[in-house]
Amino acid sequence: MSGYSITEPSLRQKWVAGTLVVAYALITILPLIWILTTGFKSPTDAISYPPKVIFEPSLEGYVNLFTTRTRVSPEALAALPPPATWYEEIVRNRDMVIAGPSRYGERFLNSIIIGFGSTFLSIFLGTLAAYAFSRFKVPLKDDLLFFILSTRMMPPIAVAIPIFLMFRTLGLSDTHLGMILLYTAVNISLAVWLLKGFIDEIPREYEEAALIDGYTRFQAFRKVVLPQAATGIASTAIFCLIFAWNEYAFAVLLTSGTAQTAPPFIPTIIGVGGQDWPAVAAGATLFLLPVMIFTILLRKHLLRGITFGAVRK
Amino acid sequence: MAEIVINNLRKEFGSFTAVRSSSFKIEDGEFFMLLGPSGCGKTTTLRMIAGLELPTSGEIYIDGEEVSRKPASERDIAFVFQMFALYPHMNVRKNISYPLVSQGMARAAVRAKVAEVARILGIEDILDRPVGGLSGGDRQRVALGRAIVRDPKAFMMDEPLGALDAEFREHMAEELRALHDRMGATTVYVTHDQLEAMQMGDKIVVMNHGVIEQFGTPQDIYDKPATMFVADFIGSPSMNFLRFHGAVEQGATSVTLHHQALPMPEAREPFDGDLVYGVRPEHLRLSDAAPYRGRVLAAEYLGTTQIVTLATPNGELKARIASDQPARPGETVGLDFNGATVTLFDNQSGRALRSDLNEGVLAHG
Repeated sequence: MSGYSITEPSLRQKWVAGTLVVAYALITILPLIWILTTGFKSPTDAISYPPKVIFEPSLEGYVNLFTTRTRVSPEALAALPPPATWYEEIVRNRDMVIAGPSRYGERFLNSIIIGFGSTFLSIFLGTLAAYAFSRFKVPLKDDLLFFILSTRMMPPIAVAIPIFLMFRTLGLSDTHLGMILLYTAVNISLAVWLLKGFIDEIPREYEEAALIDGYTRFQAFRKVVLPQAATGIASTAIFCLIFAWNEYAFAVLLTSGTAQTAPPFIPTIIGVGGQDWPAVAAGATLFLLPVMIFTILLRKHLLRGITFGAVRK
Repeated sequence: MAEIVINNLRKEFGSFTAVRSSSFKIEDGEFFMLLGPSGCGKTTTLRMIAGLELPTSGEIYIDGEEVSRKPASERDIAFVFQMFALYPHMNVRKNISYPLVSQGMARAAVRAKVAEVARILGIEDILDRPVGGLSGGDRQRVALGRAIVRDPKAFMMDEPLGALDAEFREHMAEELRALHDRMGATTVYVTHDQLEAMQMGDKIVVMNHGVIEQFGTPQDIYDKPATMFVADFIGSPSMNFLRFHGAVEQGATSVTLHHQALPMPEAREPFDGDLVYGVRPEHLRLSDAAPYRGRVLAAEYLGTTQIVTLATPNGELKARIASDQPARPGETVGLDFNGATVTLFDNQSGRALRSDLNEGVLAHG
C-alpha cells in the first residue's frame, strides 16, 4: 500500500496549504491587530517611531473616546477634590477634567438601529419577494429579476446626488428612517437574489405536504419553508448587515446630527485635541464588535449557507 | 372514506395539454391505480384530485361534493409523495402529528393517535428520531403514518415506492396493500410500473399522452386490452402483434394470415383493412402439426418457463412456453394460437375490434 489517495491530500500538500492559509490570515489580520493594540497605547506610544510592539497598556484611548475634556490650569486642578473614579484620574494626569460624555455612544446606537433595522427589513421583504419569484407565476419574472439586480450594476454612490436631493425634498435627510430605507434599497437586490437561490433549493413537496395537511399557503411558508431557509436567511443577513454597518459615503453625505452613524463619526475624533490615534483605534475596535459577534453567532449557518445546495442528500 | 368521480377533467400548461377530458369513477374503498409512461398525465391527474393543481376545466367529486376549485387543505385527503417530503426540521413524532396539530386537536389526543399509528406501522421505536437518518423503508412508513393519522377521505400516492430499492419495494408493496385492506380507505396510486399496478390495484386506469386508454380491473386490462398501447404497455414480454391486411366478417371466428386460418373469438363488428392479430406470449404453443410456421431465433431460459423468439411471415413474436420443451435456434416450428384470448386491432387507430371476448369491457370502457 502506498500512501497515495485521491481524497486525502499528502502530508506535503497539507503543509503547503497550511502555510499559505496561515500567511494569508496573518496579512489580513495584521491591520486589525494594529488597531486593537493602538487602542490600548498611550498617545506618545501610538505615534512613536520605530513603532512600539511592546508597550505599557493604557485605557486612555477608551476614556478619550467616551468623554469630552477641558484643559484647566495646574492651580485650578490642585484646588479640585481628588478624582473619584479611575477614568477621572487618567484625564487629570493630562491636566484636564471631564466636561461630559462624547457622542460616540449615540452614534454607535444609531449604527445599531440603522444597521440592524435595514438588515431586518431587507431580509423580511427579500424573503417574501424571493418566495414569490421562486414559487409563483409572476408576470415578466425574468425581467423583474434582472431589473432588481441591475440596481447593483453601478456603485450606489453614483446616484448620491439624486438621492441627496430626494431625501431633502422628502425630509428624510439625517433621519433613522431615511438611512434604513436607503440601505434596504441597496441590500434588497442582493437579498432577493441570494434568497431566491436558497428557496429554489427547497423541494416544493414540503409545502405541498403542508397544504394537504391542512395548512394555508402562508402557514406552510412560515412553518415549513422558513425553517428550511434559515441557513440562507442567516448568511444573507450577515452580508446585508456588513454592508449597512460599514457604509461610509452615504452616511457622510446624508447624516450630520441625529442619525449619524459611527463610520463618519470616528474620523472626527482625530480633530478633538490633537491627533488622538488611541481614541480613534478604540472607536474602530468597538465598532468591529457587533458584526463580529453577529457573524460568530450565525457562523454555523454561514458555513452551511455557502456550501448549501452543493451536495444533495 | 369516499367515492371519487372525475368528470371531463382537463389540464393545459400553456399550449401543452397534460390531461384531456378524462372521466372515471373510483369506488369507495377501492385501491385505484393510475398507470402510464412518464409524461402521460397521471401525476397531473392525481395532483388535480389532491388540489395541488387547478384543472383547466372539468369536475372532481369527492364524496359527492364538487371540489375542483377548493384548496387542498379543504379537501380532507392525504398525499404520499415519491420523495416522501418529510419535514426535515422535525422528528418522526412531529412529522406524524403535524396534520393533527393543524386541526387544533388536543395534545393528549394527538399523542394517543400518533402512538396508535406508530403501532400499526411498527415504527414505535423511531418516534423520537430525526427524519434525516432514517432508512428508505422507515421514511416511507413515516410518510404513510403522516397520511393515515388523520383518517382522511382518501389517499393519494405518487409513486410512493419509486425511491426504494427493488428488493424492498416488493415488501413495501405488500405492506401497503395489507394496510389498505385493513383500513379500507379509498386510495389513488400513481405508478409507471405495470407489475405494481397489476399486483396491488383493484382497478387500473391506463393513460397515454393525457388520454385515458382503458379503465378496468387488472384482469380485464390484461386479457381484454382496448387499444394496442394498453396491450403493449401491460405484460412482460408484451402482447405480440402480427400485422396483416384482410377482412373480418361479422360473426367470423378466424382470420387469414399468410394463407393460414388463425382462430379468434367471434367477431362482433366487420372490418376491412390493415389489421393486427394480438396474442399474449403465454397463449401460444409450439406444435409440429400446426400449419402456421415460424423459425426460432432465440430462447431465454427463465426457470420454469422460457421465452422463445420466433420469426414469422407477419413479424417477430415471443412465446412463453415450458422450459423443458425443446426450442433450438434455427429450427422451424408450427405455432398453435389460443383463439379465445386473441384480440384484433385496427392498425391505423390502434383500437381493439369488438369480439366475443371483449365486448362487455369495450362497451363501458
